Amino acid sequence: MSAPSLPRIQHMIGSGIVAAVGVWVTYISYTATPSEAFLFPRLIATVFVVLALWTFAKACLGWTKVGNGITPTQVKNLAPGLIIALIYIFWAAKGLGFYTATTIAFFILLSLYDPAPHGQLKSWLKRIAITAVFMVVMYGLFAKLLTVYTPREVFF
Amino acid sequence: MEFLYYFGDVFTPINFGLLLLGTIGGLILGATPGLSPTMAVALLIPFTFQLQAAQGLILLGAAYTSTVAGGAVSAILLKIPGAPANIATTLDGHTMAQKGEGAKALQISFLASAVGGIFGVLLLIFLTPVLAQWALAFGPSHLFWLAILGVTVIGSLDSKSVVKGLLSGCIGLWLATIGFDDIMGAQRFIFHPALGGGINIIAALIGLFAIPQVITMFAKGRKGDGAEVLKVQKHPISGAFRELFRNKRAMGIGTAVGSVIGLIPGVGGQIAGLVAYDQSKKFSPDRDKFGTGHPEGVIAAESANNAMVGPSLVPLLTLSIPGSPTAAVLLGGLLIHGIFPGTDLFDNHPDVAWTFINSMLIGQVLMCIFGLYVAGLAARVAQVPQSVMAAVVLGLAVFGSYSVQSSMGDVYVMAALGVMMYFLERFGFSAAPLVLGLILGPIAEANFIQGSMIANATDGLGPYFLGGTLNIFLIVVVIASIAYSGYMELRSRRYTSKEEIIA
Repeated sequence: MSAPSLPRIQHMIGSGIVAAVGVWVTYISYTATPSEAFLFPRLIATVFVVLALWTFAKACLGWTKVGNGITPTQVKNLAPGLIIALIYIFWAAKGLGFYTATTIAFFILLSLYDPAPHGQLKSWLKRIAITAVFMVVMYGLFAKLLTVYTPREVFF
Repeated sequence: MEFLYYFGDVFTPINFGLLLLGTIGGLILGATPGLSPTMAVALLIPFTFQLQAAQGLILLGAAYTSTVAGGAVSAILLKIPGAPANIATTLDGHTMAQKGEGAKALQISFLASAVGGIFGVLLLIFLTPVLAQWALAFGPSHLFWLAILGVTVIGSLDSKSVVKGLLSGCIGLWLATIGFDDIMGAQRFIFHPALGGGINIIAALIGLFAIPQVITMFAKGRKGDGAEVLKVQKHPISGAFRELFRNKRAMGIGTAVGSVIGLIPGVGGQIAGLVAYDQSKKFSPDRDKFGTGHPEGVIAAESANNAMVGPSLVPLLTLSIPGSPTAAVLLGGLLIHGIFPGTDLFDNHPDVAWTFINSMLIGQVLMCIFGLYVAGLAARVAQVPQSVMAAVVLGLAVFGSYSVQSSMGDVYVMAALGVMMYFLERFGFSAAPLVLGLILGPIAEANFIQGSMIANATDGLGPYFLGGTLNIFLIVVVIASIAYSGYMELRSRRYTSKEEIIA
């Protein structure tokens, strides 16, 4: 018997997580009180858990036909950007201040994924200029036009 | 003819300015690969908070219309469809551009889009009031089944896997129940303080449509697109009009196919463009020329994908059932102003409804005029590196979701849903049914509870929800859409297996 292929294992993990959420939602819907408040969630949860378990069973049997999963190259490519984005959203935006955090995150992401060579001064100046223009536009739109008061915290 | 009464409202300085802004901005956004019409409209919603309802809708409607048409620019000049709706345009449009007929391809594409779009909006104008009156006959059980129908039709038709499409819809319906229950005030599934007030629709829409796109751009790494803008030579506009007139058949097929497909919830512009292209090819005496830079292909595809825009809003404006993900986003834009589609919209806010619909009609003409001038600029914008686009979209998503209620909780919800959706999409799940579930969940629940109360006082749950001609009809449509999609999925797999065996 051959070892399951990478997408199959990924499908098992992915659909397994969805099935686990389905079971949890169903459990809560049928046990939480007051039961009247969970009448509609029960209806949804019943269909949810049946479809989720069906999908999980298909993934375990290798019958999944839709969805390509993620290749190691894609994981390698997206990981730095995703980590920076999550740090920006879940910590820096509140901790440092919206505009400071956005400037730093924007510049790092631009530098990480810009195809222009990292060794040229010209490309760095271009990145700094793009970041500056973007931040001026965001400040103009949100702080001045829409008057949105963003967290300012340590910096701005 | 009530719409004529509100026609002048479109031409007030602010309204017309917003219409122009939405049209030109939409053309440029639409030309940018990776920025779908749905995502563009979702990112624009925060900018409508301070506007009046009609003004906000004018901006969103103009952006919706012109992003669909603007996608043709990158399809023709870069061979990269700006949106899925422009896939069919690439087949002949780019070949025309390679042959030095780029300007002609752009001109006929915008003219065909305008003709198709105007017909689609006229259909919206004349069908909507009739259906809105018909919607008065709907009771809680019918509205419950309609909401379920909205989720299941999109879940089954919009996804490659019926089961995963329906499961995405269920996830959306469940997410809609998070927060405090309206009747008992009970806490439901609140596992983080950010979810105390439930999931904010706008933040969720931004996260579900923008963040997966940002992560997809990250996943491509540091490589450039390598797409080169083809040079455009001048072409007289009168020649484009003549070409359009010569290809009346393709124009008619595209417009008819797009209008019909637009009325069916869940079947988007991509299908409209491809079906119109295919049907035009079948009925054309020059069918061998299709794919070699034949204007008929561009005309059929572009008239279809814009003709579906107006009709796709009919179920939304009459029955509160968004027929497409973009319509769902527009529903979010209506709800933030406390306006509910259906009879409430036409009885209590006719100025909002008709100014919005009329603006879409004028928007089609503006889109055509400006499209021809903005095409060159839009093609340049379409070459903006993915790294810049990813960072810009992420920044807009964070600021946009925060500005909904000035709450970091909304930003966390937006990010969590977006990351979750990226991974779900990799495993064959789809954002459209999930969004529909999230939006239609409260409508389904409210009518289910109301219906249950009526049922308990009268015939009982079974006869109330499963009896009656309209209930039975809606249930049959739900089952038929699932069965049809299941059958089509099995058939396409059988064909794929046969092709694999032959290969």
